[in-house]
Amino acid sequence: MEDKNWGYLWKVSKGNRMLYVGAIISMALTAVLSLLPPLVISITVDSIIGDEPFTASPIVVSMIHRLGGKSVLAQNLWICGLALVILNIFIGLFNFTRGKWSAQAAEGIARNIRNNLYDHLQRLPYDEHVKAETGDLIQRCTSDVETTRRFLAMQLVEMGRAIVLLAASLYFMLSLSVKMTFVSIAVIPIIFLFSFIFFSKIKKAFKEADEAEGRLSTVLQENLTGIRVVRAFGRQAYEARKFDEKNTEYTNLWYRLNTIMALYWSSSDLLAMGQIGAVLVLGVYWAALGEITLGTLMAFMSYEWMLLWPVRQLGRILSDMGRTQVSLGRIKEILEKPLEDMNEDGLTPPMDGDIEFRNVYFEYEQGKPVLKDVSFKVKGGQTVAILGSTGSGKSSLVHLLQGLYDYNKGSVTIGGVELRDIDKRYLRRQVGIVLQEPFLFSKTIKENIALAKLDASDKEIYKAASIAAVHDVIKEFERGYDTTVGERGVTLSGGQKQRVAMARTLILDSSILIFDDSLSAVDTETDNAIRQALSEHSKGVTTFIISHRITTISQADIILVMEDGRIVQSGTHEELLSQEGMYRRIWSIQNALEEELEKNLALS
Amino acid sequence: MSALKEQEYSKSIDFGLWKDLFKYIKPYRNRIIALIVVMMGSGGIDVIFPLMNRYAIDNFIVTGRLDKLWVFAGIYAGLVALQAINVYFFIYFAGRIEMSLSYDIRKAGFKRLQELSFSYYDKTSVGWLMARMTSDVERLGATIAWSLVDLTWGGTAMVGGLIAMLYMNWKLALISLAVVPFLGVISIYFQKRILGSYRIVRRTNSRITGAFNEGIMGAKTTKTLVREEENLKEFKALTGEMHTSSVRAAVFSSIYFPIVIAMGSIGTALALWFGGRGVLLQTIGFGTLSAFISYVTQFFGPINELARIIAEFQNAQASAERVMAMINTEPDIVDRPEVIEKYGTEFEPRHDNWEEIKGDITFKDVSFSYKEGEEVLENFSLDVKRGESIALVGETGSGKSTIVNLLCRFYEPVEGLILIDGVDYRERSQLWLQSNIGYVLQSPHLFSGTIRDNIRYGRLDATDEEVIEAAKLVNAHDFIMKMEDGYDSEVGEGGSMLSTGEKQLISFARAILADPRILVLDEATSSIDTETEQMIQYAINKLLEGRTSFIIAHRLSTIRSADRILVIKDGQMIEEGNHRELMKQGGYYYRLYTNQFREEQELSILKV
Repeated sequence: MEDKNWGYLWKVSKGNRMLYVGAIISMALTAVLSLLPPLVISITVDSIIGDEPFTASPIVVSMIHRLGGKSVLAQNLWICGLALVILNIFIGLFNFTRGKWSAQAAEGIARNIRNNLYDHLQRLPYDEHVKAETGDLIQRCTSDVETTRRFLAMQLVEMGRAIVLLAASLYFMLSLSVKMTFVSIAVIPIIFLFSFIFFSKIKKAFKEADEAEGRLSTVLQENLTGIRVVRAFGRQAYEARKFDEKNTEYTNLWYRLNTIMALYWSSSDLLAMGQIGAVLVLGVYWAALGEITLGTLMAFMSYEWMLLWPVRQLGRILSDMGRTQVSLGRIKEILEKPLEDMNEDGLTPPMDGDIEFRNVYFEYEQGKPVLKDVSFKVKGGQTVAILGSTGSGKSSLVHLLQGLYDYNKGSVTIGGVELRDIDKRYLRRQVGIVLQEPFLFSKTIKENIALAKLDASDKEIYKAASIAAVHDVIKEFERGYDTTVGERGVTLSGGQKQRVAMARTLILDSSILIFDDSLSAVDTETDNAIRQALSEHSKGVTTFIISHRITTISQADIILVMEDGRIVQSGTHEELLSQEGMYRRIWSIQNALEEELEKNLALS
Repeated sequence: MSALKEQEYSKSIDFGLWKDLFKYIKPYRNRIIALIVVMMGSGGIDVIFPLMNRYAIDNFIVTGRLDKLWVFAGIYAGLVALQAINVYFFIYFAGRIEMSLSYDIRKAGFKRLQELSFSYYDKTSVGWLMARMTSDVERLGATIAWSLVDLTWGGTAMVGGLIAMLYMNWKLALISLAVVPFLGVISIYFQKRILGSYRIVRRTNSRITGAFNEGIMGAKTTKTLVREEENLKEFKALTGEMHTSSVRAAVFSSIYFPIVIAMGSIGTALALWFGGRGVLLQTIGFGTLSAFISYVTQFFGPINELARIIAEFQNAQASAERVMAMINTEPDIVDRPEVIEKYGTEFEPRHDNWEEIKGDITFKDVSFSYKEGEEVLENFSLDVKRGESIALVGETGSGKSTIVNLLCRFYEPVEGLILIDGVDYRERSQLWLQSNIGYVLQSPHLFSGTIRDNIRYGRLDATDEEVIEAAKLVNAHDFIMKMEDGYDSEVGEGGSMLSTGEKQLISFARAILADPRILVLDEATSSIDTETEQMIQYAINKLLEGRTSFIIAHRLSTIRSADRILVIKDGQMIEEGNHRELMKQGGYYYRLYTNQFREEQELSILKV
């Protein structure tokens, strides 16, 4: 499990690995090079200004001789200064390439992960989206990706830097003086362990504080969204007390956390500065005895400063790595969900033919069929109305037609071709469906209507909107078709949304149209107008309408009445009227209406 | 809209604003002084360390006499301990100041939010307010506290280092620090750019979150429209933007630090060059040279910090502006001083002076507009006797809700008067009125906590028995008892653990417990199953008993049973009377009723 999570990271890093290699090499060069300036200083102080013999490596010594040796350099100390600056410029340069390349790599990988996630989520089966927990998914797509990105961008390189720095400075220190080296690193393991253990332990306190913050913002959020209730009950003082309680709780937790942090940093500083003090005092002692040179002491002092910070960071990062791994696991869980089979090599037959359901069974969950033995036949171009109570299976039936679900038994054919054999992408393009609770994207109304037909002309858009009886509504908005929908724009009413969604489907000129109770929030008159316009526009289009409005249904060529997953009645309006059943009962209300009204009047 | 004017940083220093803020800082004067003392101590010790090194080199190594080394070591250890104590206290004090400031500002902000009128809430989104109360307040507290730390430390370290260097050898000091002014300018420039570029990154990041949100919420739509590829293309453009802006931000910081390092090394090089020559000429000692090199290296840290503070300061000021603007907003509806004198404030009511309410309501030539020039209600007059029930009927936007909002004094009439028991309601406090009005919303709002807490919200001193009684009255008791923890069951955030119908029943119980004389009910339109609907209908009838009530009605049964029905259209009352009378008129109400009657019948047959 553990290795697999890192394995995913390896896989997704493809295309960015060279950048990382570059960043790591730069980082190593930076780390090694940054050990040199102290050497330059120590050699200058000891052997050029002072009288110590050169103790540096032969290459350096030969370089010094080539530059003219001690006497020339002593006369021209600027050369030493220049060497220092040049070294630092190189350090800066590699620092820059390290920063740039590691950012490019980390951001590149983060981008890949984000794109993968988005793509994968979109292509999950319909069923997954019905059951999806939006909040959790978004959490994974944002904070978990961010945790991973942060690890890649900063922690990984920082970790490498600490290790290289430790190794290289150890090498340099050992070459200068073995016993000074031991003094210099005496406390380092303790500092490292201390920060590792501390940051592992403190996580709980941080979590508590975060939770308290969550509670605080919940109180705030609930107060603001429920401000009417608060005022209506005159509960301002009560709310202020409640908020104060959470505010105090949160503040106190942070006080505590802050005190712990103060303790950690002060004791960690105590250790670090104590370490430096030890180097200084022992170094001075040995230098005075002549066992090491002054320059060596100065170099050691510089190394010490350089080492302490990365070591503390290393402890912290290692304690954080568990989090990255958890995040990776959560990301991978999404990506491992199987995708919908789009049947890409499937058939692409003409879709204006007859549609036939033969003994179709379908179940979402094993053993709980929602469609049982459904059979009916529709001629191409006919209108089918489906009537039935909630849960009778009417939505499932039309969802099958778009290939959103696959039927378990029986057969569905369109123009004689089995539905299952059709390329799903093609199928969905040809079968337009308007859902009952449509989702509009936070784009302009125009973009929303042209959502699936990007090259639609304004004329087409207006026409679709006109058929859906929403053109005049849109025109009345201040910015007309360029009005943005949703949080950052206008809020449309339920009926308006349904009509925009309808226009967005109508613009596709599909061969089969499905309205899944998609005008439930539109008033009866508008509903009538839409159907009028539709019947003119969509001649020859096979249409399925789910509705609870009897007038809408009565005009269909075929009416299916569903109950408990079965078709209990089917036929034309006249045929169904002549039978005993639900259809006749509903229809009779129409006629009895006047009578009922009279009765009601008499009662009241 | 206030959200649109939002700026993330501000250029010039706004002294008035900081003076305003000062009253929040003032209580922590002593802590701040303590913090400054500690920080100066810390910065001072940082200055002393190189001097210690110098002393050690000049007095022990050069002379080779070690008899006082252990005293030196002792003093050094003492300094280290002192510094550790300083570190402890500066984190302690700064953290305290940060948290206390945030606490106070949040508290003041929340109090003001409780006082602000609904006109403010209409213009301002909850998200915007949340951001002010959370991230802005936090940033403000953090910046004030920690920039004080960095400022004092950086200032002391720089001034101290400067003094020490000038004291040791002023010529060498000036030469070594020649690069500092350039570095300062460059630092400020870069810090601003870096901050600015990270701001863009954050903004892009929140757009990505939005895109994920939409992608997931709209996935079904995407699927039915076969728009996966287009969506992915759009999303990729966004992540590409994110990539570009993040890399740009990272590049800015990666250029900046090398420049600081390289420029800083020029200072060191100058110190080495001229200092080294001084040693050779025997005008300065080895120790001085070593101390100089330390100081010069140490000088650049504080410059970094100061530049960062200057850049962050602009952000903090923008936060401060937004928070203070919110806290300083005056509510549109305020009680007059003499009213407060008698009735008390929202937070300290004087219940003893409150008159009992009877429930007669009069609207006298009331006109109202949310925006100037767009009248929502015109010359509206209405007399309601105590105990009467009024159903308001009409299309969305006809002005029904406005009437109710005016009645509750969530808004006040632009013209005309509203009298409660014959007295202009402005002559009594808002709390007096609102405590006596029960307001039940169509989308019931519950608070996280138990069911018991939520019902008791209606009357805080109600006993458990009274809570249960209220629940029984509205038929909520049975479903509550079926839950695992009964009345102690958690309802979840916003009541998410309950169904809409259950939430509604609980909100009814809450209103019944409050036992108001006047009841306002905004009836739900959402269709719920027949059984729940019947229960709700029953509960509504219970709720209305013996109270003056206003109902924004949708269900025919509710409308029918009202004493009086008002049909509202375009801010005017076009029909008025009871069900029978209005049906006889055969006007707007008649059409509305018959249409809806038909739909309700159809639905009820389908529902079996």
